[in-house]
Amino acid sequence: MSQSHRTGERPSETDCSSLFSHLAPSDKMLLLLLGIVVLHIAALVLLFVSTIVNAWTTGSTSSSDLWNNCSTTNRGYRCDLANTGVWIQAVQALMILSIIFSFISLFLFFCQLFTLQKGGRFFLTGVFQILASLFVMSGAVIYTVMSPEWVPDSEAFGWAYIMAWVAFPLALISGLIYVILRKRE
Amino acid sequence: MLTILALASVILLGIVPQQSEAIVIYTGWERHALVGSDIRLSCSFFSWRWTSDDVTFSWSYRADGARDSIFVFHYTGGSPYVDNKGPFRDRLEFVGNPGRRDGSILLKNLDYGDNGTFTCDAKNPPDIVGRASSVRLLVFEKVPIQAGVITGAIIGVVLGLLVLVVVIYYLMRFLVARRVFNLSVSKHGKKGKGKEGSQQRQVPVLSIGDPSKLKAAASEKKKQESRKDKK
Repeated sequence: MSQSHRTGERPSETDCSSLFSHLAPSDKMLLLLLGIVVLHIAALVLLFVSTIVNAWTTGSTSSSDLWNNCSTTNRGYRCDLANTGVWIQAVQALMILSIIFSFISLFLFFCQLFTLQKGGRFFLTGVFQILASLFVMSGAVIYTVMSPEWVPDSEAFGWAYIMAWVAFPLALISGLIYVILRKRE
Repeated sequence: MLTILALASVILLGIVPQQSEAIVIYTGWERHALVGSDIRLSCSFFSWRWTSDDVTFSWSYRADGARDSIFVFHYTGGSPYVDNKGPFRDRLEFVGNPGRRDGSILLKNLDYGDNGTFTCDAKNPPDIVGRASSVRLLVFEKVPIQAGVITGAIIGVVLGLLVLVVVIYYLMRFLVARRVFNLSVSKHGKKGKGKEGSQQRQVPVLSIGDPSKLKAAASEKKKQESRKDKK
């Protein structure tokens, strides 16, 4: 009769969706929100760590990254500044810009959360996050292509480099979610 | 109280000249140069004493990878003595001004073998205690771009573009809203009945802009209608 007007709980089912169907809609929204923010912050942390840590390429005696070229020779451990290239500086700039844009996107998300009208999209937040992911991608691509110029070919790519590549799809997905998401409450 | 202050000041005045007897020598940290070019290596010093007539400057050079250094320049008794036997013979020139505490030398026609460390030592009698200062010379085929210049440039340009876009957006919004507001005000000023149709068309345009302007126009419209009702 008036069952269609009821917005409360449905009868419990035996699969995973029963966990979420017990929650009220506002709780679901909160969970979704939390999930999105966690994803965003995870991408941001990955970007940050990848930019700073000295492990973009590693060899048996040396490791290098965007800022330093460190090696252990018979004279001891010494580091050279990675300033002898136009491309490495471009990679540095792109990584820093991606971090900045991701921060701006997080800030805009919280702004838009409280000021957006009902039914509106987090368009601006999504745009900034997608831009951040594009910057990471272009930085990683440039590094991949140009790295034989400043590190010997025998060295393998390190974990900070892999982190940058993982941060790219995370940031992209996070940005797309923002663009699709509509504010409901 | 006063005696303690006087005693303290006398002690301080006694201590400070002792520490300031040391001469402080300034050279650069690192110098980059192209092959075949000339470079000026500057050396100056700070001393609490007046510049004496017996001031001396000497430069020594240690090549990259070598163990000991050789002297290549000495200024004493008012005359400079440049290298005439060593690696810099006929290439070194004194361009300093000892009266102004400047002991700089000019190296001409640089080569890759000139990579190394140059040490300047200056003495200003009786101020002779001090530490010599070294400058490292690096000779390149082409001078590399300084670390961080391009990085800073790219970041600056992108952020600048962002700020520009935001400013232009807000400016456009402000201008459009103001123009529409001015238009609607001029239309409301004329009490013609035929203007009602065009007024109806004004309101949807305003709803895109500021909501406050929308309220103002709506209240104007209500006043106009109430006036017409009274007639």
